[in-house]
Amino acid sequence: MGQVVVETKNLTKTYNGFTAVDKLNLRIEEGEIFGFLGPNGAGKTTTILMLLGLTEPNSGTAQVCGYNPIRESLKVKRIVGYLPEKVGFYEALTARQNLRYTAELNNLPGKEAEENINSLLATVGLSEVADQEVSKLSRGMKQRLGIADVLVKEPKLVFLDEPTSGIDPEGIEDVLKLVVTMAKKGITVVFCSHQLHQVQKICTRVGILAKGHLVAEGQIGRLGRKTTTGGRYRLEAQVARADPKLINSIKRVKGVVEVQGSGDSLLISCDKDLRGQIAKVIVDSGSLLLGMKIEEYSLEKIYKKYSKEA
Amino acid sequence: MYAVFRKELADHLSSKRFSILFILVLLAAMFATYLAIKNIRGVVTPTTEFVFLKIFTTSGEPLPSFLFFLSLFIPIVGIALGFDAINSERTSGNLSRLLSQPIYRDSVINGKFLAGLAVLGIMTVSVIAITSGFGLRIVGVPPSSEEVLRLVAFVLMSIIYGAFWMALAVLFSVFFDRVATSMLASIALWIFFFFFMSMIAGAIADAWIPIDQNSTLEMVAKNAEIQGMLGRISPCILYGEATAGLLMPKLGSLNPALMMISLLVAGRMSTPLPFNQSLLLVWPHIVSMIALAAICFAISYIRFMRREIRSI
Repeated sequence: MGQVVVETKNLTKTYNGFTAVDKLNLRIEEGEIFGFLGPNGAGKTTTILMLLGLTEPNSGTAQVCGYNPIRESLKVKRIVGYLPEKVGFYEALTARQNLRYTAELNNLPGKEAEENINSLLATVGLSEVADQEVSKLSRGMKQRLGIADVLVKEPKLVFLDEPTSGIDPEGIEDVLKLVVTMAKKGITVVFCSHQLHQVQKICTRVGILAKGHLVAEGQIGRLGRKTTTGGRYRLEAQVARADPKLINSIKRVKGVVEVQGSGDSLLISCDKDLRGQIAKVIVDSGSLLLGMKIEEYSLEKIYKKYSKEA
Repeated sequence: MYAVFRKELADHLSSKRFSILFILVLLAAMFATYLAIKNIRGVVTPTTEFVFLKIFTTSGEPLPSFLFFLSLFIPIVGIALGFDAINSERTSGNLSRLLSQPIYRDSVINGKFLAGLAVLGIMTVSVIAITSGFGLRIVGVPPSSEEVLRLVAFVLMSIIYGAFWMALAVLFSVFFDRVATSMLASIALWIFFFFFMSMIAGAIADAWIPIDQNSTLEMVAKNAEIQGMLGRISPCILYGEATAGLLMPKLGSLNPALMMISLLVAGRMSTPLPFNQSLLLVWPHIVSMIALAAICFAISYIRFMRREIRSI
């Protein structure tokens, strides 16, 4: 259990009678990549804005890195980075000048900031275009510049709001890698996205927000177990004949939770990827293995279930 | 706030918008001065006072005077400096990034406004200084200390006037989300005040106290007074009167019609007012102009501070 970085208690925000965030209790620990999920309009951005002190909650409290974001907004903003969904830069300035401005706004001394900017530009792979005007950069490059911009202030906590929207698959891959690198450096990352498989790839824990409520929270595996009975993986094996003897011997494999057989197919639920062991058992039993498919609990299923519930 | 100020100032000074306007204003000012000087030569006698100020107020056919050009261009410059101050930040997605930095929210609007003010100052001072130097070289008559004082007051008044238009443009940029809308709104208001306000004031005054051949001098004076009062709603007229009062020491009254009447009654040209009297004459104008600029800025400030970030 790491240190608590973000904690909210009954955080509520209403806009003209519409409750955007309703009694939210959120807890995010140091060093994790927290996937913040939810349909459009669920209140993710509003929550982030409240945590940054940019919007005042109607009721409830929030603590960010030990500070109150409303009363100590500047202290929070000094150590918390925020990459907005529709991030923009000064188009007439170069990438480097944009980062320099952010450094100035953070009151960072010139020489150190300059070195920091150089290494950040290298990290996000923009060294070559650093002195080009931002208007000439592609969408993916701008997104990476956004990540560099967030890191200029050397934050402890970073909110990334849809950092992968609107960029090509390679760009997405780059962004995800950067997020993982960030976390390795000890920066806590809150990653908002609709791209569930991306979240599943990198996030240690997720929270699902629907209509202002946190409907589910926890590790993906644990949430998956709660959603569907059985283990984390579902294996489907096609055999010549699924007799009870075979089913019993598969059940004896360590890690298998449940086996169902019908006709010539076996449905196996297990905790690990046990394709090799199960294939061996089937072949050893004298039966023919015709095919095998494995499926991890998809976050999509979890997400659909919970967002429907709300 | 200093970082915002410095960045905005650098942006303004390196922008194409600024270069174009500066060259335009400078060229117009030089031509107007040049033609004015050609005209002055025919008018000036050894007894003429305040020759130097005449460079700015004399209209050289076919061009109008330097003063007229300045009153035309200052609002344009002010509007150009302010009309996209806030909404362009919002539409470009910079504002939310900017506000998530550890600065107070008002630093953004204050820094932008001060940077605009600095640019206005640089522009006004340099244009007036360059034309003064140009005029000095051709006319060869150095300005008296009183003329210098009057010029300084004139520069300050011009900056305040520009600040008003900039504050108005910033106000629209806070209220309208689209850059085109805020620009058109500012320009529309400027056109209204510049071209139509005096006509409307005249029409209302005439409807109130109709004047014909048989009208008494009192009625004419009353009509002129009403027209003057209504006209002063327009910042353009306010500026015109104030600068005329500062640059033409002989004006005993800022209302041209009242001036004529007093001349008729007195039957002779009035003697020039000393500087402090001229200043006293235009003092209400200066104060009103500062107040107008301050009100516009205050409204945009409050609106900007209270606006929910969600809509950014």
